[in-house]
Amino acid sequence: MSTRTRDMQLEIMRYDPEKDEAPWFQSYTVPCLEDWVILDAINYVKDNLDTTLAYRWSCHMMVCGSCGMMVNGEPSLTCKTFIRELPDKVRIEPLENFPIERDLVVVLDDVMQKLHKVQPYIMRKDDPPAEDEEYNQTRGQLMKFKQLTMCINCMCCYAACPQYALNKDFIGPAALALAHRYNLDNRDQGKSDRLNILADHDGVWDCSFVGACSEVCPKHVDPAAAIQQMKVDGAVEFWKQKLGISGDKS
Amino acid sequence: MSRRPYIRPISKTTWYMRNKRYKVYVMRELSSFLVGFYTFYTICALAILAMGSAEKWDSFLASQQSTGMVIFHGLALLYFLFFQTFPWFKLAPKAMPVQIGEKKLPDSYIIVGHYVAWVLISAFIFWLAGVI
Repeated sequence: MSTRTRDMQLEIMRYDPEKDEAPWFQSYTVPCLEDWVILDAINYVKDNLDTTLAYRWSCHMMVCGSCGMMVNGEPSLTCKTFIRELPDKVRIEPLENFPIERDLVVVLDDVMQKLHKVQPYIMRKDDPPAEDEEYNQTRGQLMKFKQLTMCINCMCCYAACPQYALNKDFIGPAALALAHRYNLDNRDQGKSDRLNILADHDGVWDCSFVGACSEVCPKHVDPAAAIQQMKVDGAVEFWKQKLGISGDKS
Repeated sequence: MSRRPYIRPISKTTWYMRNKRYKVYVMRELSSFLVGFYTFYTICALAILAMGSAEKWDSFLASQQSTGMVIFHGLALLYFLFFQTFPWFKLAPKAMPVQIGEKKLPDSYIIVGHYVAWVLISAFIFWLAGVI
C-alpha cells in the first residue's frame, strides 16, 4: 500500500434544506494517499474535518451503486475514481438532474418509479414450469443479455443524459436497459406488453442517442445500445401488431 | 427536520455547452440544416428540369461548378463525413449486434461491412450517373 501523500483541495457542494436557500461550495484540504479513490477522500472529510457532511456510500467496491456523484463535472462512481487520475483541485457535486436532498445526497424517487414502470421481471403467457422443473437457458441465451444485468443503479447514466435533464418524463437509460434485459431473456414472454410502454411517449423514441449514458457507465452496461435495439424491436413490433402476427417467444 | 429538495436550474437554450459530449452531439444534429438545404436544392433542381428548357438546365449545372459552390459542397461533404458517417458507422454495432452461438461478432466486422456497403452503393450511383 502506498504511503505517499498528496494534498488535494476538495470543493464540495453543500446544501442544508433547513438553512440554505441554494447550494454552495465548501473547500477542504485533504492529505490523500496515492492509491485512494475520491470516496476515501470524502470519508476523510467526514471522519476528520466535518462530521456534518451528508453523502451515500456502502460497499466501496463498485457493487452497491450508492456513491455516484459529479466529480469535476463528470458523473462518476466515487469508489472507482482514483485521485491519481485527477488534478490537485477537485469539485464534487451531487448527481446532476436530480433534486438535492442534502449536501451530496439526491432524491431518487422518480427513477425508482421508472424502474418499476418498465415491468422488470419475467412475464409468462404459458403456464409456469411444474414444481420439479425449471426454465431452461443455454449459455448462448444468457450471453444475449448478461451485460445488461451488471447495472448497479448508480444513476450516473441519468446524470449524464441531456434528454432526462430537459424532460423528466423520459423513462431514461437505466430503466430502459433493464427492460431490454428482460426483453432479451428467452424465459420471458412479456416483450410485446413491455414494448407498449417502452415504445410509447417518454420511452425509447425520446432518446436522441447522445451516448453519454454509456460513456459514463462504470459497469459498461451500455444503455444507449439497449435503447437503439429497442427502437428496432419497437418498430418491428408495431408492424407485427398492425399485421396481426404479433406473438412472443415461448 | 423538514424536506426541501433543491432543484438545480437548467438552461433550455444553452444546456449543450455543459460538456464536450453535448457539443459534439449538437454539431451532429446541426447537420439537419444541411439536410434541409439539400432537400430544397433537389426540389429546385427538379423544378428547373421540369421546365423542359435545356438552356436553363445547362445554366443551373454551370452555376454548380462555380468555385464558391464547389467549396460549399466540399465542406458539406466533410461535415457529413465527420459528424454523420464516421460516428454512425462506429455506433452501428450497438444498434445491430450479431451473436453467433455464444460469441458476439466483433464490432469491427459490422463497421467494415457498413463501409463496404457504402462504397458499393456509391459506386452503383456513380455508375448510374455515368461518372464511372
